Parts: sequence; structure tokens; C-alpha cells
Amino acid sequence: MSSMALQPDRGSQSPAQTSPALSGVWVAVAAITMSFAAFTSSLIIRQASGNDWRHLALPGILYLNTVILLASSLTVETARRKGISSLASMRFWLHLTLTLGAAFLAGQAFAWHRLRTEGLYLATSPNSSFFYVLTVLHALHILGGLCAFIYVIRRTASASLWRVAAIDAAAVYWHFLAGLWVYLLLVLRTRL
Amino acid sequence: MSDASAPVAHQHAAPTGLLRKYVFSLDHKMIGKQYYGLALVSVFLGMILSWLMRFHLVWTNAAIPGLRLLSKNGAPGGVMTPEYYLSLLTMHGTLMVFFVLTNAPFAGFGNYFLPIQIGAEDMAFPRFNMMSFWVTFVAFLVLIASFFIPDGPPISGWTAYAPLSAVGKDAGPGLAWGQNLWAISIGLFCVGQLLGSLNFIATTLDLRTKGMTLSRLPISTWAWFITSCIGLLAFAVLLPACVLLILDRVAGTSFFIPAGLVISDHLQPHSGGSPLLWQHLFWFFGHPEVYIAIVPAMGIVSHILMASMRKPLLSVKVVYGSMIAIGFLSYMVWGHHMFLSGMNPFSALVFSFPTLIITIPATIITMIWIGSIYGANLRFHTPALFSLGFVSVFVAGGVSGFFLAQPSLDIYLHGTYFVVGHFHMVMGVAAIFGILAGTYFWFPKMSGRMMNDTLGKIHFWLTFIGVYCIFMPFHFLGFAGNVRRYSTFVDDYLQPLLPLHKFISIAAFLTGAAQLIFLYNLIYSRFKGAPAPENPWEATSLEWSTTSPPPFDNFGGRHVVVKRGPNEYGVDGAHGDFIMQDSPEPEPAAGD
Ligand code: HEM
Ligand SMILES: [Cu+2]
Repeated sequence: MSSMALQPDRGSQSPAQTSPALSGVWVAVAAITMSFAAFTSSLIIRQASGNDWRHLALPGILYLNTVILLASSLTVETARRKGISSLASMRFWLHLTLTLGAAFLAGQAFAWHRLRTEGLYLATSPNSSFFYVLTVLHALHILGGLCAFIYVIRRTASASLWRVAAIDAAAVYWHFLAGLWVYLLLVLRTRL
Repeated sequence: MSDASAPVAHQHAAPTGLLRKYVFSLDHKMIGKQYYGLALVSVFLGMILSWLMRFHLVWTNAAIPGLRLLSKNGAPGGVMTPEYYLSLLTMHGTLMVFFVLTNAPFAGFGNYFLPIQIGAEDMAFPRFNMMSFWVTFVAFLVLIASFFIPDGPPISGWTAYAPLSAVGKDAGPGLAWGQNLWAISIGLFCVGQLLGSLNFIATTLDLRTKGMTLSRLPISTWAWFITSCIGLLAFAVLLPACVLLILDRVAGTSFFIPAGLVISDHLQPHSGGSPLLWQHLFWFFGHPEVYIAIVPAMGIVSHILMASMRKPLLSVKVVYGSMIAIGFLSYMVWGHHMFLSGMNPFSALVFSFPTLIITIPATIITMIWIGSIYGANLRFHTPALFSLGFVSVFVAGGVSGFFLAQPSLDIYLHGTYFVVGHFHMVMGVAAIFGILAGTYFWFPKMSGRMMNDTLGKIHFWLTFIGVYCIFMPFHFLGFAGNVRRYSTFVDDYLQPLLPLHKFISIAAFLTGAAQLIFLYNLIYSRFKGAPAPENPWEATSLEWSTTSPPPFDNFGGRHVVVKRGPNEYGVDGAHGDFIMQDSPEPEPAAGD
């Protein structure tokens, strides 16, 4: 059951009006940003430190994946807005987001497969190392986002009050991951 | 899937099963005690390791009974090899910095008291909170496991400098699986701290009770909040560093290992990596980490000082501001650990400047403490003594920082015991004093029983004198050129220093033994101590307006409403010279 119902006056009683789920997500976004900033700085330093940096031709599928992920950002936003009026249509858009997210992961897996068939493994060169590290870690975060959506979908079945904060939080996280992916793609593409 | 992110605090009923109550507890109070317990185990382990090292340093050829059992290869016949000395050194540092100085003042006390001090019933995400402790606990087990593998613990120090830490078994004992375990352990530790920090931040922002504005937060809560902001960003950098280190070690990548490295006659199959990169990542975390250890202690000590001086600090707001400034600046100074790393000497100059700047807020805070204590009518109970002790060792250890911050002086001092003296005083001992002050202060609330004050005072004086005897001479040793990280001192120029080393070792044994008084007091009082009243120190923050120990939901169903700031000491209250934060009594008329 909604735990909100246990304490009807909680919201009005507290001086802070935001929900912990939403604050929590923003805090998580800050931490993840910091981690990827650390990876990016490492990439820059590593590039300068050796003469073994060979640029990597990115598999074309990555661009398709980008489009899919950005589309899923739109669908989750639609779900969030629909949710205010219609639970059913919100669930529909969430399922669509889930599917797009899964498609993105499949696409990423295909990209890794392509690189391997070209003989580019994790330890082959610093570029391939960074490619795998950054894309795999991003994919893990995407996986976390998918779990969050499954959770939200399951919650929409029961607690109606509650879902609003949860879907807002999940949507913020998802938009962030889309933005992060575009950033990573640019970093990996650029011939620094 | 569960309520991990449900938006209210009161989301789980009081647990009934033993497992839910004591082991996989969601209650922030139990989790706080678990962190504290883990820190307590770690601190005694770490101390025993330091005894072994101090013994070996001065009685190099004497066997230590039983050491052979710990490691056949590392201590054949009970005499440790130089490599095993380094293994113990690594474990000592790692246990102390991560599992003691981060766990106790921040995660331990913070978990227990932050929600109560803001009038909440629990943390924002109790399940994340439980996970945070258990991940930390697994990290501890993984670290300790390295004692029991044939390889032994790694020899690369708590800073795990690459390439030594990255190349694997060719480089020495402990660098095969021992170092893997270390890297995995620290990676897990980061995850635990990230979950914890996230919780602290969301809780402070969103779960404050009615009337608890940010400016009415007690200073200890401010300190935990600032620390969680520092920790969030610092551990978010150490985690990637650990990932890259593990990959270098097990997957054959070359992030940290340069080309053409020959170790033990083996050409390492790596190319182009940058050992300096590890140092940058590590110290970008490492310097903020020292503030993660000390800022909560500053908060705890300020909190206790006000309750024992019976008046607010000269300016609490300036202390908040200085702590925030320290938080920001702590991210700009990491290079002062790398003056001799081979980075561009110009960078040394660049890092020296903010390092000197960061001494300003630290000095301001100390001046405010000292200025406030001056002329105050102190109540000299044990928590107050340890708080005063904190101020003393923090100053004594901080002063050496000014020397180290100058690249030209640091060239001489960097590799010596001077640095060891500096950080043990300013971080190790100071934060431990903060923990001890907090323990004596909050134990009545946590257990419902008072600790013995006489034993506490004896413990204080022995410890206070002891730590000065141990760590002050380190500075002189450093000036005399005594190198650090050596397992024996055989060079001629070090011979005159040996008597001083002997003195330090004996002081270390005695001071360590004095901690048994504390342990005894802790355990005895837990079961036999005098029952604690609700507010034994006549303090004002919310934890003192509930029972000792607090009920499961902290306030027994009462919705506390905060009426005033936390520093109402030296006023004309209904119950004495203080007014509780949630007390309904009116403000005393001005001029009273
Ligand atoms: C007064 C301000 C401070 C200044 C200017 C300062 C400066 C420095 C410098 C320059 C070093 C590097 C020395 C070297 O490796 O050659 C150093 C080391 C260190 N400092 Fe400080 N420090 C200050 C305060 C603190 C505080 C408050 C803490 C902890 C709470 C701390 C903990 C440490 C530690 C742990 C190390 C050595 C780590 C290692 O090499 O293993 N310092 N300090
Ligand atoms: Cu530092």
C-alpha cells in the first residue's frame, strides 16, 4: 500500500516540499557525472602519455542506437505527461520506453560484437580499452534505468498517489543517460 | 523490488525477527551502530598491525611469537621480511583511513544521529542504507581475506601507487591476488559510501521536520551534510580509478603501466600507460578523503564544545561557511601530494597556492574554537576533554601542513617521517579524538546507560599524553632525514635516531594498552552502567528530547516541531541555562 497514506500530513508538515526520490536522482546524477568526468580526464591524459593511440572507426550501428535512445527519452516524457490524466496510456508509453531501451542495449551488444570480429578487444589498444569501458558502464546504467521502469510500471498498478514522484525520478535519470550517451559518443568520435 | 525509493521516511514497521532487527536492519540507528562496530573492530586490528610494525622497527631481529602463524612466507621464524612489513603497512593504512576514519565519524554517528537531529523517523532510503552497510562489510571481508591467501596482503601502501600496484606478481609479494582483493575491496567500499552519501543528502534536504530550517540544523548535521557532498564526488572518482586498476591487472589493458617496463627480468606486456594518471585520480579522491575524515569530527566537537561551554561558538555561521569553503577547496589541492611525482614543476607551484589558501578556513575554525573556549565556564566531563584534545592535536598536526605546502620544503620532507607525523596528528589522532568525544557524549543516548566518567578521564589523559609522545617525535625524525616506508634502519646516519624510535615504540605500546580501558568502559557500561536520563548533558538538539535509547520511530509517534536554533545555551530557560529546539517555551525577553 502507499506509505503516503500512513502519514497524510507529512507533506504539509515538512518545510521541504520536494520528494526524496527526485532529490536522490539528482544526487545520483551528480555522482555519475563526476565518475564519467574522471574517465574522460583519464582518456585525455592517457592519450598524451603514450604513442600507441590509434583512432578507432566506430561501428555505424552506434548512430542508430543514438536515435533509438533519444526517441526513448521522448517516449518517457510522453508517459510522464500522460500519467497525470490516464494511467493506461502512461503504462503504454512506459512499455514503449522499455522496449526502446532494450533495443538500445541490443544495438550496443551488436557494436561490441562488430569490434570483436575486427579483432579489437578490450586490451588491444588504449582506444578500444576506453571504448569498451565507457560503453559497458553506460550500458550498466541503462540496465539500472530499465529496472526502474519495470518498478514504476508495477507500482502504477497499486499506489496511485505514489507513482508521480517515482516516474519523475526515473524520467530525470533516463534523460540524463541519453545526454550522457551523446556526450560519450562525441568523446569517442573526436580525434583529440 | 521494494520501497527503496519510496518518498517518506516512515515506511517500515518495527521489525520483529532477530535477523531484521540486528542483521539486515533497515533502522538507521542499528545501521549506525553496525558501522561503528565495524570501525571498532578495524581500529583494534589496525592498532595491532601498528604494534607489529613498531616492534619490528626497533627490535629488528627479534621474533614475534605467533607471527609465523599469520604468514609462513612473510614471517619465517616469526621475524617479518621487509616485504611483509610493507604488507602490514598497507593493511594498517587501508583499515584506518577507510574502515575507521570514514566509517565511524561519518557513516556511524551520522547514520544514528542525522535523522534524529532533523526530526525524521528514518533515512530517505532505508534499503539503500542497509545495502550501504552490507556492501561495506563485504569490502572489509574481502580486504581481510588477503591475510589468508599464500600471497599475503599487497605491499603498495594505502595509496596503491601504480605501476607497482598494476603489474602483478612480478613486482613482489601480495601483488598478485592480494592487490586484486585490495582493489575489489576499495571499489566496493566506494559503492557503499556513494549509497550512504546519497541517503544523507536526500534525507537532509527532504525529511526535515516542521520548523527545522537549514539554519536551525545542529552543527553536527551540517558537518555530516557537507561531508556527504564531499564524499559523493570523491568516491565517484576513486571508483573509476579502481575499475581501471582492476582492468590493468586482470584484463591486460594499459591505463597505468608504461611501455617497456622490465620488472624482475620480465618485460611487462603493456604499453603507453601513465603511472601519474593513477596518482592524479587517487589524490583527487585522497585529499577530499582527509576532509571526509575530519569535517564530521569538527562538527561533533563543535556540538560537544557548545554543550560543555554553555554558550554558542563565537560565530557558528562562520564555521559553517568555513566548512563549506574547505569542501570546495579540497578539490583543488590534490597535487600537493605529488610535488615529487615527476609532474611539471610549474604544477607544483599551482597546487601550492590553493593549499595555502585552504589553511585559512581551517585556521578560522580553530580560532573560533579557541576564542570561544577562552574565558568559558567549561564543564570538564570526558566528552569535553576529548573535544579540547581534538583542538589541540588538530592544531599541532595542522601546523606542519604549512611546511609541506611549500614545494621547496617538501622536496626534503616528502619521503620522511615528517609527513607521517603530520597526517597522523592532523587526521588520524584528531579524527579518533572526535570519535571518542562523540562516543562518550552519545553513548548514553545510544545505549541508555552512562559511561564511567572517571575511567573516561584516565583514558583521556593517558591517550592525550601518549599520542604526543608517539607522533611529535616523528616530525624531528623527518627533519633528521629519517625515510618513511622502511622496515629497518640500518644506515649509519640513522643510528643516532634509534633511541628515539625505541621511545616511540614503547609509547605506542602503552598508549595502545590504554585503549583497553576504553574498551572495558564501553562493554561494562553497556550492561552495568548507570541508567542514562533523557538529556544528561543538558544539550539542546532533538536527539536529547527523546528517550535514551530512542524508540524505533525515534520520537514515539510524536511529531516534533522545531521552534528555534540549536545553540540556545547561556539563556534563561525553564529547565536551566538552555532551551531545547522543540521546547514550546517563549523566547526569553531580550536583555535577560
Ligand atoms: C593546514 C592545512 C594542511 C596543509 C597545508 C596540508 C598539507 C599537506 C601536504 C603538502 C602534504 C603532502 C606531503 C608529502 O607527501 O610530501 C600533506 C600530506 C597529508 N595530509 Fe595534510 N595538510 C593540511 C591539513 C591536513 C588535514 C586536515 C588532514 C586530515 C584530516 C591532512 C591529512 C594528510 C594526509 C593523510 C597526508 C599524507 C598522505 C600520504 O602521503 O600517505 N592534512 N598535507
Ligand atoms: Cu592533501
